Formats: sequence, structure tokens, C-alpha cells
Amino acid sequence: MKLNDEQQMLQDSVARLMADKGPVSHLRELRDRNDEKGYDEPLWHAMVESGLTGILVPEEHGGIGFGLVGAGLVAREIGRNLSVTPFLSTAVLGATALAAGGSAEQQQKWLPAIAEGSVITALAVDDGAKHRPEAIKTEAKAAGDGVTLSGGKLLVLDAHVADLLLVAARQGENTALFLVDPKAQGVSIERTRMVDDRNAARVTLDNVAAEPMADGAAALAAALRAGRAVLAAELSGLAREAFERTLQYLKERKQFGRLIGTFQALQHRAALLMGEVSMSDALAMQALDACDRNADDAEVQVLAAKAKAARTALLAGQEAVQMHGGIGMTDEFDIGFFLKRARAGGETLGDANYCADRFAALRDY
Amino acid sequence: MSDLEQFRAETRAWLEANCPEEMRQPLKSQADHCWGGRKWQFQSEAQKVWMERMADKGWTAPQWPKEYGGGGLSPEQAEVLSEEMKRINARTPVSNFGFWMLGPALLKFGSEELKRQHLPPICRGEIRWCQGYSEPNAGSDLASLQTRAEDKGDHFLVNGQKIWTSYADKADWIFCLVRTDPNATKHNGISFALFDMESEGVSTRPIELISGESPFCETFFDDVKVDKNQIVGELNRGWDVAKYLLTHERNNIGGEPPGFLKGRALGPLAAEHVGTEHGKLADSALRADIARLEIDQMAFQALVGKIREEAEAGQGVGAQSAVLKYYGTELNKRRYEVMMDALGAEGLEWESERTMGGLYAREWLRSKGNSIEGGTSEVMLGIVSKRLLGLPDA
Repeated sequence: MKLNDEQQMLQDSVARLMADKGPVSHLRELRDRNDEKGYDEPLWHAMVESGLTGILVPEEHGGIGFGLVGAGLVAREIGRNLSVTPFLSTAVLGATALAAGGSAEQQQKWLPAIAEGSVITALAVDDGAKHRPEAIKTEAKAAGDGVTLSGGKLLVLDAHVADLLLVAARQGENTALFLVDPKAQGVSIERTRMVDDRNAARVTLDNVAAEPMADGAAALAAALRAGRAVLAAELSGLAREAFERTLQYLKERKQFGRLIGTFQALQHRAALLMGEVSMSDALAMQALDACDRNADDAEVQVLAAKAKAARTALLAGQEAVQMHGGIGMTDEFDIGFFLKRARAGGETLGDANYCADRFAALRDY
Repeated sequence: MSDLEQFRAETRAWLEANCPEEMRQPLKSQADHCWGGRKWQFQSEAQKVWMERMADKGWTAPQWPKEYGGGGLSPEQAEVLSEEMKRINARTPVSNFGFWMLGPALLKFGSEELKRQHLPPICRGEIRWCQGYSEPNAGSDLASLQTRAEDKGDHFLVNGQKIWTSYADKADWIFCLVRTDPNATKHNGISFALFDMESEGVSTRPIELISGESPFCETFFDDVKVDKNQIVGELNRGWDVAKYLLTHERNNIGGEPPGFLKGRALGPLAAEHVGTEHGKLADSALRADIARLEIDQMAFQALVGKIREEAEAGQGVGAQSAVLKYYGTELNKRRYEVMMDALGAEGLEWESERTMGGLYAREWLRSKGNSIEGGTSEVMLGIVSKRLLGLPDA
């Protein structure tokens, strides 16, 4: 899988943008001032201007329809810089769900708004502590002309600033996404501060009026696949950055009168980490490409990529803290942020165990 | 129709007409592989015919130049040939160290005279080669090798001992690292010499491995005369050739783990032995191990693909081959461990027919050597940390 010229240009420009406008220091500032919106607004505006919010929005709805490889390239840089934006919740999950399963009217209403950055969307799937979209408990009941939803959701990214909720609910045998106005009666949103200082919330729905999609099941499946693939890229970028910062440290820190990077025990750990990071990244990009090509094994590849990236990011975070020694344990030093995000990103939309379980099921064992 | 499509159509037709039915079955064991050479006993008429027909076509070495007996195919054409052979399950007609190692070394470093002498017999399957690298005191530290080649005016006189020489007892010629300048620093006095294993003073002794097989030998040289024109590359610059080949070997090991069970899917194999409950393997820990292994293998293959693409774009594989060698072999070992977990008692059988003579246990044991031969895993990590990560020496 090789990047074409357009993708190469995108990668270069996004790398500059995130490093300039979305560095790790912004995450620290947002956290320290307990920012009300909880995301990097100037960066988000810059992303809107660059068209990145419309990266998965089809051109006829005002986007650039760049495909998942493009979205993955953005996510990889987000991972490297720990940039705090609603990119995943809105530009990936919201745009994909609406494009895959929205009615013409819903698409007309929301997709151009996502592309121009005027709305934020939030996907509510998990109704337990673990991601199990095959066993959704939140119920959709027919009520007059419409549908009402009741249930509780966790780990709803960017819900407290969202203009639209996309809620997974069970209706008889089927599980599908429904559109919910976050201000509707019966919706309560509790912002939950998480270990990674990203926006997440618990959302409670009590007989809330909801709008069915044209194909809510397809919308859910497409959003989950795209989200996992893009998260695999983000986590791979995060792992790469944690690894590179650690490698740099091995070349600077002296103990026993010499650079700690001369110790074979640390050299081999660094070499192993590099291998894991390279494999995770290669698989993530291959899986994104498989989605864009609509390959038969795209789902299997995405599950593998998310599982691999979740483990690799966590490994990189742990190895980074260990090899930095005491300073790695301090809040003042940035490396801990990578470990925290690795944990939260790994959990989002299915952890490594979940993805491996689904992977095995699709391979019939 | 493009040239390549035309080539595919012709290739398909030729293979259909020329590949004997018996040669369209996957190898059942090591014994089915055709190694060629003076001592080779063909297992069947079909094996002989298949090798000869492919050799006439130059397709035993598809990408080597035609003037040396190869097929002169472009990488794209060679890929088509390989795909078409896979399509009908055609076996590799003949293969040995001459194809894998010596050929590439001669093509890069050899004189015109040596290429004309040695490449055509390799292509025709007439001469089987072995590799003389390791010595009892030169394993991971290969460059400290002591086998000497003394200049006696019109010839070299070779004395010393090699070890881990693959199939030395079955090979016709050896390519061998010898010390030609004992006073130079250790990497600088080595030459890459070729000689006949039937020369006076050459003897071999097979080494029995933990797998019960003896693919390797000890090889002894006692006043062996070697022609002075049989040096590949410059005298005393043999280390350059050896390094090039080690990289080549690591790519092969990393890219394609050896073993006849490698194509066997672990999920169904495990289901046969541990059973299923609700459509899932009854042993949930084993199921998780298999999934994790297969995911890691998929990630490894993605990286192999990426590194190959970069190599084709001219960035070269270089020290990346150490990454491939490390993970390729470690994954292969893990694969055999998981396979043995899945097989249970049946995997322990050492001789029975139902296990093809203990193939599972023997390949499991043989796989332990993968991370030792061709540079140990620890040496690979050392190469990665110094050459790819730029970490300083102690």
C-alpha cells in the first residue's frame, strides 16, 4: 500500500498543522484550565479551513471525500501530537454514519454542516463498561409516528458539546442508529472527566423522541469500522511518538558515566519497540486502504489493526515511562500523557480482546 | 491485450501442457523437494521431466539473464509466472543454495568467467551447492573465522573446519569463507572461495539435531587444493560478498518461514483436536492465543509488504532485513508452540504414520533453530539498535 501524490501532500501538510497548532502543550493547558468545551478550538478552526472536517464527507455534500486512508493520515498526526479535537467523533464517526445510512434529508441537513465545521456530533454505542455492540440494551419503542429511546450510554465522545447524538438502540431483533437532539426532553448528559483528558460523557435517555435513519444498521456498522480503523492509525502515531521521544532520551541521559543508550538491555527493548510500532503502523494503513478499496477482508483487517494498535500503543506508553525512569512518572513531563491516551484510545470502540474475539469469529474458530 | 497479459496467457498454456499431473500437488514432506545435483535420485519420472522442461525454458531461475541459463524475465513477468504456478499448485522444479545464495552473489560480484562456469549448471539442476560459513569458534561472531587458504603460487591450499554446513554430505560444490590474509584486521583478510566437494581432503560428518533430522554437517578441509580463479569478488574482500548474502538470506528467512506445515490454518486444526462450543473453540485461552498470533502475523506481513515497496522504490532493504529476520523467525517459533498446544498428545507422536513420521514434533523442534541460524535474534536486535536506531556502542 503506497501513498499517492495527493495523500503524500496531505500527510506533509497535516504533520505541519498538528505540530504547529495542536501540540501536546495544548492538551496540558486545556486540562489545567478545565476548559469548558474541552477541545482545542483554534486548532479545530484551522482544520475546518483546511477542509479536514469534510475529509469523509462526499463531494456532493460539500466535503472532499478523501477516503479513510486520508482520515488515517490525519489521525496519525493527531496521535503523535495528542491533539484535542472532535475529529473522531464528528469528521469520522458522524460523517461516516450519516453518509452510510442517513436519509437524503438527513444527509442534506448534517453532512454540509459537518464539512463546514458548524456542528459537532457524538456517537453513543456502549451501554456497559465494555464495548459490546452485538448486545445493545438501549431500547427503541414505537410511539405514535416516531420512536422513543430509553437507556444509558457511556464513553460518548464529545457529547457535552454535541449538536447531534447518534444513538445505537435495539428495535426488536435489529440494532440501529437513531438521531437524537441532545437538548430534547429526557436527555441528560454528564460530562465524565477521563484519564486521557478528552471529552467523554455518560448520556441517559428516558423516553426520548428519536429520528430513525434510512438504514440505521448500516450506519452503525460503517461508523464502527471507520472509527476502529482511524483509531488504529491514531494509536500507531501515538506509539511512534512515544517511541521516538524515548529513543531520544536514551541518547541524552547519562548514568554510571555513560549514555544509557549504550546498555544492551535498553538497546534491545528499544529495537523491539521499534519493530512493534512499525508493524502496527503498516497494518493500520493497510486496513484503511482495504476499507477504501472495499476489499472482502476489510472487516478482518480493521479488527486486526485495532487490536494490534491498542496493544502496541499501551506497550509504547509503558516502555516510554519505564525507560524515562523517575522523570517519566512526573506530571510535569509529557510522556505520561501518551500512556494515558493509549489506555483510553485502546478501550474506545472495542479493546484488543474484543477485536481479537471478533477476528476469530470471522475466521470461523 | 497488454504484453503482460499476453505473457500470462502463454505461460498458462505452457504450464498446462508441460507440468506433469504429479507435480501439481503440494509437497507432503521434505523428501518431495527436488534439490538436484550429481548425486540426486529423482523420486519419479515426473520430477525429472518437470525439472528438465523448466530448465530448458530458463524458468528454474526466472530472473537470471538468459545467457547464463536463466529466463531473463522482468520482476513483473516473474511475478506472473509465480502466480500461474501457484494457480495449478505447481511445485518448484528444483532448488538449492545455488539458486538462493551463490547465484545472487555471482551475479553481483562474480567475474564473467565464473558466471559462465557456474550459473548454467545451477539452472539445469546439475550441481547442488552448500554454504561454508560458520565454524566451531565463529558463530555469531562469523568474521573471526579461522579456516585458512594459503597462496601456493598456482593454487590455494585450504585447511580448517566448518560447521552447520547445510546438506554438505549431499552437495557437489561449496562456496566458502576462507582467511587469505591472516595479518589483516578480521573483516579484511577473508575471501569467498568456490570448490568441488569431491576434491581430495574434503570430508563431512552429519550432525543429528533435536528434531532427529540431520540437515547440517561438520565439514573438514585437510590440504584441499583450490584453483586461484575460483574467488568471487576481490581477494580479501569476501566479507562484502558474505554480508550481501546474509542480508539476502535474512530476507528469505524473514519473508517465508520454512516448514511444510506453514500453510496449515491453526483455527480448523485446533477445532479438530479441542472441539467447539457454540461455534467457538472449546479452549478459550487457546482461541485467544491463535487470534493474537494471527493478528501479529498479519501485521508482520503488512510490514514486509511496506519494506519491499520501499526497496523497489530504490531505498533498499539494508538493515531492515534484521527486523524481518527477527520477527519472521520469532513468529514462526510462536506458531509452532501454538500448534503443539492445539495438537495435544497427537503432536507428541514421533514416528506414527498419522503424524507423517512425527512431522509436527520434528518441525516444532526444527523451528527453534530459525532464530539462531543466519544471525541470532540477539544479533539482529543489535543490528537494529545500532544501524536503524543509531544507538551508541558501549
